[in-house]
Amino acid sequence: MKLYFKFLSIHFRSAMTYRASFFLSCLGQLLITTNVFLSVVFLMDRFASVGGYTLPQLALCFSVILAATSLAECFARGFDAFSRILSQAQFDRLMVRPRSLVFQVLCQDMRPTMLARLLQAAVMLAWAVRSGAVAWTPAKALVLALMILCGAAVFFGMFLIGAALCFFTLESLEVINIFTDGPREYGKYPFGVYGKPVLMVLTFLAPLALVQHWPLQYLFDRGPAWYGVLPVVSLVFLIPCGLLWRLGVRHYRSTGS
Amino acid sequence: MRKYWSFFKMRLMAGLQYRAAALAGMSTQFVWGAMEILLYRAFWLEHPERFPMGMEALSSYIWLQQAFLTLFALWNWEHDILEAVKTGSVAYELLRPGDLYSMWMARSAANRLARASLRMVPVIAVSALIPAPWGLRLRISPAAFGVFLASAALMVLVVCAYSLLVYALTFYLTDPNGIMVVSVAAADLLGGAVVPLPFLPEGLRRFAELTPFASMQNVPLRLFSGDIPLSQAPAALGLQVFWAAALILAGYLLTRNGLRRAVILGG
Repeated sequence: MKLYFKFLSIHFRSAMTYRASFFLSCLGQLLITTNVFLSVVFLMDRFASVGGYTLPQLALCFSVILAATSLAECFARGFDAFSRILSQAQFDRLMVRPRSLVFQVLCQDMRPTMLARLLQAAVMLAWAVRSGAVAWTPAKALVLALMILCGAAVFFGMFLIGAALCFFTLESLEVINIFTDGPREYGKYPFGVYGKPVLMVLTFLAPLALVQHWPLQYLFDRGPAWYGVLPVVSLVFLIPCGLLWRLGVRHYRSTGS
Repeated sequence: MRKYWSFFKMRLMAGLQYRAAALAGMSTQFVWGAMEILLYRAFWLEHPERFPMGMEALSSYIWLQQAFLTLFALWNWEHDILEAVKTGSVAYELLRPGDLYSMWMARSAANRLARASLRMVPVIAVSALIPAPWGLRLRISPAAFGVFLASAALMVLVVCAYSLLVYALTFYLTDPNGIMVVSVAAADLLGGAVVPLPFLPEGLRRFAELTPFASMQNVPLRLFSGDIPLSQAPAALGLQVFWAAALILAGYLLTRNGLRRAVILGG
């Protein structure tokens, strides 16, 4: 763990060396996600509600997804950009070191600019809370924290799958974006809005609805309390992700030096 | 003119080599389009009376947007040109017999066309098979199709001229990244990528329609889907011509002046 913080501080310090370009990419990130939220604002301005949700409730929904993806993209960047590690043959070096591979890939790369998005998520969340999106209880606050943390874990699982597939294809597959970049964009609405088939896929196949749609029903008093426990269930998703990763590692053949 | 045309063809052929990457990218395009339509479907089913354009027109708009994404997306920068200006290797390009601005223009247009032509055929073919009102509606009168083609050509000119203006500014700035991020965000918002322009609040929509960004994807997509009727097409195309001319002029002058002051070091 101490080692991890050492790497953390290295990546943050190296990002801060080029301060102007660091803030510029923060700004770029912010403009993209602000545009996503503006699309919600414009549509709600015209239609007032969708699926029974109001604007503050949607802001809460988007802030959860935004926080979860930002955490995952900040700290699991090594897996997100894994094809680079493979193509530059850095993976051989990782294999000979006496630490777990997952741990080392996590340490390889981090993206501090994602903290700008985290800040935006916090601002939106604060606004949503003030506008009375939810009648709060301690249990609900706990569920909200679980949604963000387990959401980050599920996205981490997605990156892990994408990285594991790289062992077989060597190229990164753009298809995996459907489950990584896509939800950041489409998670601005609870997945139920997109209709039942989408909701089912995102519940049982890629369990993003377990950290977003279902617990939101509990937060907004639209569903039973056990929906609030579902974020924890989503962690089961990490098991097949981990297995696929191990299969990939076993399949790995170095290109030699 | 002929040398720019052959340069254009050369670039087009080079761009058509990356077929596998284009195919891989397409699958995401289908999901993106479908999710977008499912979302608007939810609004449409709940409040059809507040919908500013027909659902069928909106579906056509969204599918065409996915089909032509690489043609008009401003984030499709020519990183080679930016690098050339930054590192000074632009000097080699000056040795070529031809005007730098025109060469850049031919190159940007060719790369965009090459990337888009690989992606658009399958997207259009599949989305045209989806039943109405969720699919792409291909029924369009020959006159309207002609106007659409003209407007699409103008769109490519406006997008390329805008990008070239940014490359030209690189002669004056050390880091063009700031302008690039802000441009992309503005184009997304005011050009109809965040939401189609009819969905914007009235005041903002009026303003947006005058900006150069609305002369990009907004006009041809809405012409094709029938949201802009033929009677209003001359005004929309006229504005596109104006922006194309203004941006080309500004970019051309900036490039010429930039080259005059540029000092390239090393030998």
